[in-house]
Amino acid sequence: MTDTVETPGITGGVADLGIPALRHVPKTDEPQKTADFKSDQEVRWCPGCGDYAILAAVQGFLPQLGLKRENIVFVSGIGCSSRFPYYLNTYGMHSIHGRAPAIATGLSASRPDLSVWVVTGDGDALSIGGNHLIHALRRNVNLKILLFNNRIYGLTKGQYSPTSEVGKITKSTPMGSLDYPFNPVSLALGAEATFVARTIDSDRKHLTSVLRAAAEHEGTALVEIYQNCNIFNDGAFDVLKDPSTRDDWLLRMEHGQPLRFGSEGSRGVVRDPSTGGLRVADVAEVGTDALVVHDAHTDDPSYAFALSRLSGQDLAYTPIGVFRSVERPTYDELMTNQVETAQGASDADSATGLTALLRGNDTWTVV
Amino acid sequence: MSKQVRQLDRVVIRFAGDSGDGMQLTGDRFTSETAAFGNDLSTLPNFPAEIRAPQGTMAGVSSFQLHFADHDIMTPGDRPDVLVAMNPAALKANVADMPRGGTIIVDSHDFTKRALAKVGYEASPLEDGSLDAYQVHEVDLTGLTLGALEGSGLSRKDAGRAKNMFALGLLSWMYSRPTEGTERFLRKKFATKPTIAEANVAAFRAGWNFGETTESFSISYEVKPAAMTAGTYRNISGNLALSYGLIAASQRSGLPLFLGAYPITPASDILHELSKHKRFGVRTFQAEDEIAGIGAALGASFGGALGVTTTSGPGIALKSETIGLAVSLELPLVVVDVQRGGPSTGLPTKTEQSDLMQAMYGRNGEAPVPVVAPRSPADCFWAALEAARIALAYRTPVMLLSDGYLANGSEPWLIPDVDDLPDLRVDFATELNHTDAKGEAEYWPYLRDPETLARPWAVPGTPGLEHRIGGIEKADGSGNISYDPANHDLMVRTRQAKIDGIARSIPPIEVDDPSGEASVLVLGWGSTHGPIGAACRRVRAAGQQVAQAHLRHLNPFPANLGEVLGKYEKVLIPEMNLGQLSMMVRARYLVDAIAYNQVRGLPFRAEELADVITNLISDTDGE
Repeated sequence: MTDTVETPGITGGVADLGIPALRHVPKTDEPQKTADFKSDQEVRWCPGCGDYAILAAVQGFLPQLGLKRENIVFVSGIGCSSRFPYYLNTYGMHSIHGRAPAIATGLSASRPDLSVWVVTGDGDALSIGGNHLIHALRRNVNLKILLFNNRIYGLTKGQYSPTSEVGKITKSTPMGSLDYPFNPVSLALGAEATFVARTIDSDRKHLTSVLRAAAEHEGTALVEIYQNCNIFNDGAFDVLKDPSTRDDWLLRMEHGQPLRFGSEGSRGVVRDPSTGGLRVADVAEVGTDALVVHDAHTDDPSYAFALSRLSGQDLAYTPIGVFRSVERPTYDELMTNQVETAQGASDADSATGLTALLRGNDTWTVV
Repeated sequence: MSKQVRQLDRVVIRFAGDSGDGMQLTGDRFTSETAAFGNDLSTLPNFPAEIRAPQGTMAGVSSFQLHFADHDIMTPGDRPDVLVAMNPAALKANVADMPRGGTIIVDSHDFTKRALAKVGYEASPLEDGSLDAYQVHEVDLTGLTLGALEGSGLSRKDAGRAKNMFALGLLSWMYSRPTEGTERFLRKKFATKPTIAEANVAAFRAGWNFGETTESFSISYEVKPAAMTAGTYRNISGNLALSYGLIAASQRSGLPLFLGAYPITPASDILHELSKHKRFGVRTFQAEDEIAGIGAALGASFGGALGVTTTSGPGIALKSETIGLAVSLELPLVVVDVQRGGPSTGLPTKTEQSDLMQAMYGRNGEAPVPVVAPRSPADCFWAALEAARIALAYRTPVMLLSDGYLANGSEPWLIPDVDDLPDLRVDFATELNHTDAKGEAEYWPYLRDPETLARPWAVPGTPGLEHRIGGIEKADGSGNISYDPANHDLMVRTRQAKIDGIARSIPPIEVDDPSGEASVLVLGWGSTHGPIGAACRRVRAAGQQVAQAHLRHLNPFPANLGEVLGKYEKVLIPEMNLGQLSMMVRARYLVDAIAYNQVRGLPFRAEELADVITNLISDTDGE
C-alpha cells in the first residue's frame, strides 16, 4: 500500500476545490500501520462475506490519513455491516437500527475535532433509517457514511431489502417482491448530498481511492459500497466482477475524463436531447467528441443524478467512482460559528453571565 | 370624584376571549405588574391547540387566570372572583366556573344576535336574567377603544385589536396595579411600528381612565404586597425555569449543553429559549424527528457534552428505543417530558400526569431510568439541576417529568446565588484502569465505581482509551460483547442496583404534619403540589389534622418513604391520571393507598381536594 493513490480524477479534483478537509482533527507524528487499527475482537461475519474485504481496506487506508487514532469514531446502526466498529481500534458505537446518522450528527456537531464515520447497510440506511440519512445529507454534517449495499437483509436471514430488484424471491416474498427499489446514489443526490460515490467490495484499489476522496471531503460523504452477501444473495454483483461481463457493465468515472467504457472503449455516455438526461451510446456511432467529460464538481446535482439513472435494476450500466463532490459549508462549522459569534459578542465571564441571565430584566427585592 | 378603595387579601382574575384577542399577552402583562408590585402570585394559561380557531366559537376561547395575594399562595385559584369576557363565547365557556356574587366584565360590543346564536344563546344572557347571581358590568370595550383611538391613523380593524389593552387598563385601575412597566413593554414590543405602539398605550391609558371616571365602577381594590423571604425575585414560568436550570447545570458541570429536539407542544418553548443562549456554549439542534433529537443528544453525550432532549408524551414514545440504548451505554442524558393530555395526540395544550408509567417502564427489557419531577413552575429550575446531577454522577438517562401546567404557569422565584448552586463537575477517564492476564494495562469501559456503580466516561480524543460501546449486552468490566447467561443476569441486576443506589444520594421525604396527630397523609408528585397544599391548608383551617408529603424522586423513591407511609392510617394519592403513582406505591410498599384521580386537562381545585380529604378524615377517625 502506497501513500498516494493513483486516481488523479478523484484526489486531484478534491485538491482543486481547496477544501482543507480534516483541518480540525489533530494529526499524529507517529507512523501508523494497518495493525494499529485492528481491535482485539474476533471478527464474526460469515466466511466469504464481502464485509471482510471492506474492513481490510478501511484498516489499511486509515493510516494514510495520519490522524490521531483517538480522534476517529465509527458509529453504526444494526445489521451485519454495523458490527464494523467492534473490529476497529478507534472509538466506536454500535447503536440502534437506522439511527446512526442521527447519533453521529450530535457527536460531529458538538466535536469538530473528531473524524466521524457511519457504517450502515441498505436496510439500516434506506428503510428504517431513511429519514435520518436524507436529513444528514441535506444538512451536510461532516460525516463519512459507508453504505454497504448487498440488496438483501442478512442479519434477519434473507428478506428482500429496499434495494432488492422487483420480483425478488425471498422468505418474506415467496411470489416475488412488489416494491420498486431505491437507487441509493439517486436518493442521496435528490437530497443534494455534497459528495456521493459508489465502489465495489472486491476492487480494493478503487475502494481505497473512493474512501480517501470521501475522507478528504468536508461535509457529508455518502459512499455506496456494493457488497456480496454470499449466504443470502450470493453473486448479486457478479456481472460487475466477472471478466466476461464487467467491461460492458461497469463505467469507471474519472473527473476530467470522457465517460467511456465497454470492451475496447466501445461505449460512452452522451447527452440525450430528447430527455435532457444522459444515455449510453456506441462510440462508433456518435464519435468520441460527443462523449461527456465527467465533471464531479458540477454544482447542479441534476448532472450527477442523470449519471445515477444510467443504472437499471439489473445493474446495467453501473457507474463507479465519484458522482458528485461539491463545496458547501458544513452544518458543524455553521453551528460552531454561531456559538463563537454569540460568545464573541459578550464580554462577561460565564459566572457573571449566568447571574445576569437568571436575574433577567424584571426583578424586585424583598428586604 | 374620589372613589372608595377596599383592601383585599387575595383576588383571582380570569381574562377570556377569542384566541386572536391577545388574552395570553394581557394576562402576562397583568402578571408582570403584579409581580413587580410584590404580591405572591400563581398563573394558569389555558388555550386551544388551534392557532386561530374559528372566531367567536367555544372551541376558540383562550383564557388566562391569575391568582395574587398579600400572603403566600400555592395555586392559580379554583374560581375567579373576576371574569373578563371579550365575547359571548368567552362568557359561555367560563361562567360556570364563577362563584355566586362574582364580578363579570363583558365586552357588550359583540353581543349581536349572530354572535349569540353561534354559541347557542337564544336570548342575550345580559338581558334574560341568567346572570342575576353575578355583578355584571356591561362595557362596550371595543367601542370605547375605537373612540379612544379616533384620529390615531389606524384602520377600524387595527384599532379594535387594542381592546385587550383597554381591558388591561381597566383592570389595572381596579386593582391598583402599576402601569409604567406595561407602557415600556408596549413601546419595546412594537418598536418598529410606533403607530401601533402608541395606539396600544393610548388604549391602555383610556381603560385606566375609564375606570377612574365612570360611574359604573365605584370601588377599586388594593392587595398589599406579600411578606416573602428576603431576596431578589422575578416572575418565571416552568419552561423558562427548566431552560435556565439546564444552562446552570452546564455551567456548573463545565460541560457544553447540547439539546436535540423536535418541536412539540408544550415543550417547544424550551427549544426556543435554549437556542437564544449560544453564548453559554449551548448548541441546539432542531432534528428531523423525535428519534433524531434524542439520538443526536446521545451522540453528543458520547462526545462529552451534557446531552438533553425535550419533548412531550408522544415524543417519549418515539424515543423509547434510544432511551434503552442510553441505559445500555450508561451515558448521561437528560430526557425532559412536558406531559400533556393523552393518549395519542390527546389534549396538546392541556395538562396531565399520565406519563409516569411510560417514564418508568416504557421500554423493552429491564431498563430502569431515574425519574425526577418538579412541583411548581419555579421549581423546574431545581429539578433540572437535580436531573443533570443524577445523569452525570450515575451515567444514566434521567427522565424529568414536567407538565403543561408547570410549563406555562408562572410564579415569583427567589433568584439563587450562582455560587450556591450544586457543583456538578465530573472526571472523565484518562488512564488505563485494568491489568490483563499477561500483566498489561488496558482500559475497561464497564469497570464500575464501587460507590455509585457508574462506569468510567472516556470521551473520544482521549489517547489510549479507544473502546467500543453498543446496545448488545456487554461483559461486566471489559465491555466486550457477551451472550453469557450469567453475565446478562449480572448486568441486568447491576444496572438496576445502580439506579436503586441513587436513593443514597437523595434527601429523605419531608412530611408537613404540623400537629403530628394526623391520621391521613396526602402523597403527591409533580404539579399537584400547589392544589394539595392549598387543600391541606383549608382542612387545617377548619380545625382538622392532615399530613402532606410530596415526591421529587419517583425512581428511586426516597429511602424513608415506606417508613413514612407506615405511620398513617390512610394514604390519599391525588393524581391527574388514573392512579399511576398509587399503583407504584401499592406494589412497592403493600400500602392500601387511596387514589383520587382526575384527567380533565386542568389542575385540581383546592376546594374539591379539601372535600375529599375531609371526607377521608371523617371516615378514618369515625372508624
